[in-house]
Amino acid sequence: MIPTQKSDSERLITPTMLVLFLVLATVPLWIARVGLYPYLGIEILIWSLYALAFNLVLGTAGLPSFGHGAYFGIGAYAFGLCQFNIVANLWICLAAAFVIAGLAGALVALFISHRRGIYYAFMTIAFGQIFWTLAIKSHKVTGGEDGLLKIARLPADLGFASFDLAGNVAFYYFVLIVFALAVIALWRLVHSPYGRVIAAIKQSETRAAHLGYNVWLYKASIFTLSAAVSGFAGGLFAMAQLAAFPDVMSLHQSGYVVMMTLVGGGLVSFWGPVVGVFLFLIARDVIGALTNAWMLYFGLLFMAVVLFRPEGVAGAITAAWQNRSLHSMRQQGGSALRLLFGGERWR
Amino acid sequence: MALIEVAGIHVRFGDRVVLESIDLAVPEGEFHGLMGPNGAGKTTFFNVLTGRVRPSRGSIRLDGEDVTGLGSHRIAAKGVARSFQIMTLFDDFTARENVMVGLPGFRARGFDMRHAADGDHGFAKEASEVLTTVGLADKGDVRAKDLSYGDRRALEIAVALGQNPRVLCLDEPTSGLGSDGVRRLAALVGRLKGKLTIVAIEHDMEFLFSLADRISVIHWGQVVARGAPHELQQNEWVKRSNLGRFA
Repeated sequence: MIPTQKSDSERLITPTMLVLFLVLATVPLWIARVGLYPYLGIEILIWSLYALAFNLVLGTAGLPSFGHGAYFGIGAYAFGLCQFNIVANLWICLAAAFVIAGLAGALVALFISHRRGIYYAFMTIAFGQIFWTLAIKSHKVTGGEDGLLKIARLPADLGFASFDLAGNVAFYYFVLIVFALAVIALWRLVHSPYGRVIAAIKQSETRAAHLGYNVWLYKASIFTLSAAVSGFAGGLFAMAQLAAFPDVMSLHQSGYVVMMTLVGGGLVSFWGPVVGVFLFLIARDVIGALTNAWMLYFGLLFMAVVLFRPEGVAGAITAAWQNRSLHSMRQQGGSALRLLFGGERWR
Repeated sequence: MALIEVAGIHVRFGDRVVLESIDLAVPEGEFHGLMGPNGAGKTTFFNVLTGRVRPSRGSIRLDGEDVTGLGSHRIAAKGVARSFQIMTLFDDFTARENVMVGLPGFRARGFDMRHAADGDHGFAKEASEVLTTVGLADKGDVRAKDLSYGDRRALEIAVALGQNPRVLCLDEPTSGLGSDGVRRLAALVGRLKGKLTIVAIEHDMEFLFSLADRISVIHWGQVVARGAPHELQQNEWVKRSNLGRFA
């Protein structure tokens, strides 16, 4: 019957979150000792935020977006350009990254939100390529292929105190706090009435429309939100790299976030994208140290997951952890894949 | 004045005329049946009535208000609910979640991103009550895709009922049900009859003739006969076809 105990979906902060945040907080203490480096931790956090934002569209809404790098890149440029041309204030520049990427997302959403499935995928690619080309060709604004250089890690000014973020450890903790706040907000969003409507639209646009929901508006809004948060992550990335480059906007880099999310299990789990980013970036560094062909191995893993394990790594973990059947997770992942890329359930 | 007033509806797909001058007036509280052979245009007429298909000509009035050409979400918000012949449920949601998403109160909070959807037990309670109405009281926590065929049919209707509609459109609700299922459904629809206005497409003549106040027969995109069940049994057209043979 109606549950009396609070479920995780009702909590603001879940036990999983707490454990994750605490473990992440210890990373700078041991990461150098295991042969890695603090900057990797920053990269993992930023890409995790980006992948979580991306999964709002892919996993939560069931819409295949293959040009998401555009919004990540736009956020990075917006952060840098705001710093150079408007005001060198951390909060304003991060807000600019969020807003400008969100506006770009809203513009694209206007043209694609009546679609789904493979048509949606192609249109997101086309728009992604347009933004990428613009970034490369607008030398005067973006620096073209050389990138927008000399972006500073602005200090975090809280009014009563100001923190210098120039060092990697300080910046790591700043990104971790932002990441934690964003995770809490996204968890709430996904489990809110809005998130449930989005999940309903993913399963049947027809039914949702006949229940009185403006399907187009919901699809456009979730895409815009996802683009805005991706752009926010892009702003952090510009700070991390001290520069903004067009390559993150390219089609193959947009593909990375898809691979991360699917391998991690974003189709069945909130945490899938984070798991995927961990695997991807650590594989890049660890396997990449042994062979240049590391992407060959990760690509094979990706294909195996899509073909045989649509629940991804997070699906397998959830099944083991919560004693849920792996079979049902696999079915869920499989049907989500069919929904995204074709099969009997989408028209 | 009738609650639903449909006048001169034409629908064309390319050069094919699917519906031709359909008129229909359904007073509040009436159970109006639609019957006719496959491909006659019954479901297309439903699609027009619920805003899924725009008519090329004609008008639809709901309680005096012109709703012609409004999108399906607008028409749904005005209190027109429908079930589907091909089951259209949220398969990964539980039965209760399926109903919950359709509640008008939930819809009003559709853009609420700050609270937990499960935090408001009022919705869960309301949805459970609807499930009880259709005989799914103990299936609330079962995922829609794991329900039996008959239970999924019942859930189809439960989702529409949860919308608290003024007009309920049922598209072949008995489709695929065994005789026992049809009996239970007839009992349910019998209880609803009179409380809300019902328009139902149905092939099961026994079901339709025992419940409907009036029936329209649609053939080749036109209404060829209309009347109370006992009148229709005398109708020449119905007698000549095999539509009336179970009546």
